[in-house]
Amino acid sequence: MTFATMLSTMSEGMLRTIGIFVITLVGSLPLGFVMYFMKKSKIKPISVITKVFIEIMRGTPLMLQLLVWYFGPYYLFGWGIGNWRFGAICVGFVLNYAAYFAEIYRGGIESIPRGQYEAAQILGYTKNQTFIRIILPQVVKIILPSITNEVITLVKDTSLAFTLAYQEVFSLAQQLSASQTSFMPFVIAGVFYFVANYLVSIGMTKVESAFDYYD
Amino acid sequence: MILEMKHIKKSFDDLEVLKDINIGIKPGEIISIIGPSGSGKSTLLRCATGLETQDSGEIVYEDGAKFGLVFQNFNLFPHMSVLQNVMDAPVQVMKKDKETAKAEAMKWLDKMGLADRADAYPCQLSGGMQQRVAIARALAKDPDILFFDEPTSALDPELTGEVLKVIKSLADLHIAMVIVTHEMAFAKDISDEVIFMEKGVIVDRGTPDELFASDNPRTQEFLGRYNNI
Repeated sequence: MTFATMLSTMSEGMLRTIGIFVITLVGSLPLGFVMYFMKKSKIKPISVITKVFIEIMRGTPLMLQLLVWYFGPYYLFGWGIGNWRFGAICVGFVLNYAAYFAEIYRGGIESIPRGQYEAAQILGYTKNQTFIRIILPQVVKIILPSITNEVITLVKDTSLAFTLAYQEVFSLAQQLSASQTSFMPFVIAGVFYFVANYLVSIGMTKVESAFDYYD
Repeated sequence: MILEMKHIKKSFDDLEVLKDINIGIKPGEIISIIGPSGSGKSTLLRCATGLETQDSGEIVYEDGAKFGLVFQNFNLFPHMSVLQNVMDAPVQVMKKDKETAKAEAMKWLDKMGLADRADAYPCQLSGGMQQRVAIARALAKDPDILFFDEPTSALDPELTGEVLKVIKSLADLHIAMVIVTHEMAFAKDISDEVIFMEKGVIVDRGTPDELFASDNPRTQEFLGRYNNI
């Protein structure tokens, strides 16, 4: 097999990897917010359940969680899992990352001094105005470095979809390497992850510098 | 009366911070509240402005009266420019149109001597300048009464003067002012009435001339500590 054939075989896996990456971010960034607000909810059962859920998501391996989401429905309810592979991957990644983002949001929001809320209250801002105009812009600046870390981790974590035999770039690299007795697929995969993270890094640096206008 | 505080009581856990405080403020009147740390002065302002709720007693504003508060630590919005800090609430809260709000904000900044720093961010300004921005921000809401919670306590001594000067320049606006301060000369100079609080009660009150010549032993003792410096 030529290098070009390998590359084209693996490019499909790269697209799948990018798919997991995009779906996870699009799903978990907003869902993290929902989880944060659920954890802060005044309704006790909601806050307790959310808190326990976040702890489980952060306290167990994502690989294990993926297996549970994939096989759980079968063992628990006897449901067939034929087409559920990609669904389980999406659910597993989105929920896991949302839990991390919820904690990052919490840290950011709680770091805003009480005086900011008091000043806004005295000036007559509503609660929503206070959050959107005063608190949120400051929180975004504070949490961006942590978000960048998570996004970079996610690029590499997508390889965990391999656990469910999903044909993303890491799975393909392993299969190709075995069938072709070649080391090259791993090199290709490595370069792919590295370049992806390099792009993430450049992008996030741009976003962070957009918030450099104040300390 | 633009504001009447009647029989205000407030405790934090077992600590009685305010014990039956009564203060009335007439339109345009300037009242200074002095007293040692922990005497309840700030808590009183926080009750008057709704940041704390008193345990009992009444706080009654004249119909439609608006108040502002200047904090010890300024509490400017760091992500907004000086101009945005001053004009954002008038636009967002009072629904003024942007051009009007901007013109008024610039007028207040000019009065504070900061018109040329309108595009700066708070972190680029000295503490004294930040406090003057905070005063402009409070003024932009057209308050009838303005509270100052130790406005110069977080400032280096050399910056205190500029802030006291601009507060004094507000006297001719006929906005009522209630100023919690440790600056005795300033309180004596600017006030219509000076109130001396200690341990949650009003110990002594009167015109500056009366209070600073009071024969109340506790007032004398407190003022004596300042004269010795």
